[in-house]
Amino acid sequence: MDPDLVLLLNGIVSGLLLGGLYAAAATGLAVSFGMLDIVNIAHPALMVMGAFSVVLIGTALGLDPLLVAVLQAPLFYLLGILIYGVYHHFFEKRGEEALQGLAFFFGVMFIIEVGLVMAFGPEQRFLDPPYAFITWRIGEIDLPLRMLAPALLALAALGALHLYLKRSFTGLAVAAVAQDAEALRLMAVNPVRIKRLAFGLSVALASIAGGALVVVQPVDPSSGQIFIGRVFAICIMGGMASLPGCLTAALLFGVVENVTATFYGPSWSPAVAFGWLLLVLAFRPQGLFGRMA
Amino acid sequence: MSAAGERGVEAAVGLGAPRAAPKLLAPSPHHALFWLGAVLLGAALVVGLRLIGNEYGYFAGYFILQYIVLSSAWNILGGYAGYVNFGAAGFMAAGAYTAIALRKAFGLDLLPGIVAAGFVTGLLGLGTGYLTLRLRGVFFSIATLCLAVVLQTLIVNWDYVGGSRGAYIVRPREVPPFVSYGEYMFVVMLMLAILAVGISRTVELSRLGRGLQAIRDNERAAEAVGVPTLRLKLIATTLCGVLMGVAGAPLPYYSGYLNPEAAFSLAYAVNAIAMPLIGGAGSWLGPVIGAVLLGGLQQAATVTISSALNLWIVGWMLVIFVALFPRGIIGWFRRRA
Repeated sequence: MDPDLVLLLNGIVSGLLLGGLYAAAATGLAVSFGMLDIVNIAHPALMVMGAFSVVLIGTALGLDPLLVAVLQAPLFYLLGILIYGVYHHFFEKRGEEALQGLAFFFGVMFIIEVGLVMAFGPEQRFLDPPYAFITWRIGEIDLPLRMLAPALLALAALGALHLYLKRSFTGLAVAAVAQDAEALRLMAVNPVRIKRLAFGLSVALASIAGGALVVVQPVDPSSGQIFIGRVFAICIMGGMASLPGCLTAALLFGVVENVTATFYGPSWSPAVAFGWLLLVLAFRPQGLFGRMA
Repeated sequence: MSAAGERGVEAAVGLGAPRAAPKLLAPSPHHALFWLGAVLLGAALVVGLRLIGNEYGYFAGYFILQYIVLSSAWNILGGYAGYVNFGAAGFMAAGAYTAIALRKAFGLDLLPGIVAAGFVTGLLGLGTGYLTLRLRGVFFSIATLCLAVVLQTLIVNWDYVGGSRGAYIVRPREVPPFVSYGEYMFVVMLMLAILAVGISRTVELSRLGRGLQAIRDNERAAEAVGVPTLRLKLIATTLCGVLMGVAGAPLPYYSGYLNPEAAFSLAYAVNAIAMPLIGGAGSWLGPVIGAVLLGGLQQAATVTISSALNLWIVGWMLVIFVALFPRGIIGWFRRRA
């Protein structure tokens, strides 16, 4: 086959795998930003925090990073509940989400990032599971397990979340809170409790995404910065509150970014993220698949 | 919506229809008095520091004044209009690198470099605003957050201005009328700070400021009564960008060496938000109080504790202040009075 074509095909396939990781990172945001209307800009920082705790626990106990990521998720769920509690008490209840609430999440993001620098130093950390060095080959196409395993975990988490939101009572309540919190109150469901639960879930998803991130690449305390542009671009492109939209946007985004990196060099990938974000905001703020509200 | 906000909406109505503007109700702004006072205070600072005669005084002074410019710039958009700009470090670095690039290309000196930097970052602000300000405010904030990351990528990849290795600017030993180079840089930043605070005060007391306050309190109501919201927001974004770039342009001259990591330092991003919010956003005096207080504290603390811990404390102060004292230090005094 033509070498350029092989390069392109490989770029697309590993872009799809990369998109799996991005989907994991953006799903949590689709819940908090998309459904609950909480602009959690600290989401990528929480993800990196999850990645660091995966490295720490995984190295200490000799466990697989993806397994640790799933096991630690309940702890991050509790952390999310705590953060939402503070946010609700001081900002949401007072109706001061716009300026003060945003500044609050910026502060949280900053505290996490600098806290990680102080605790672990600015160096990169990694934890390679044994399968990270295996690559399956199908014809001319490479399938590195380093990318495949995290993408599968991400898909599993996304599928579980989707089922939960569509099938369970509390899941439906989350969707309802996204549409009309007052109506929910009239049906004797406390919207604050539902939002707290959903925000906890979104932070738990951030920590799972952090585990996936560790397998794909080494992390340092500022790794989250690049992800801000990516996850928000994906979340908005996917139509904010839609999980299938979020997944599609993430896969598309992974392919575009990876093909750009293949042909023009990886140092430009942050620019791709930002360019997409600006284009989406300027031309399709309702998302790729959505209609204008 | 607060009573002050309603006043803001009413006062700003005239903006859409210039002929219908009545004389407004605000107290006389005393502009001449303010400028005179600011210049006198500045002169007193210069004389005082010369009498002390310690180079460190100029260093610390420059540090604080630079933050006065930066937080006043943030306040014009964030404090008055309620639109959060997270990209202070990006705008500041864009200003600094404009100065470096123009010096390399045309041998331009500091003062024209400052003007050019303001021009470039003003356009940057206008462009970002034009693309995102028609949507809800959070989208603008997210875009500015990413802008800094992307600008850093561009600078790291741009070899002409040194790439990731950084760029040097040879500092002259002396600049004639000043006793030292440190004093020269201090005076330049002092003038920029007076200018920035003056502009921020003029904006606050003008009809532009009232329009911005109306946007902050209720954008739909403001739009409905005829405030040209998009135009006012774009003016504010541009002004904010200009002043942030201007604050950054002297940076390479001040330190003699600049690399992307220092120019895009997290310290600028967090301080530009923490200082106005802690001092009291929405009033021109708030950012000045915040910058003097936080800047002074950080200057004193770097001697004793690590810079990371220093920034960590600023982050915690930001979170604690926005949660417990959302009106900042100024609001605290006003409530008492």
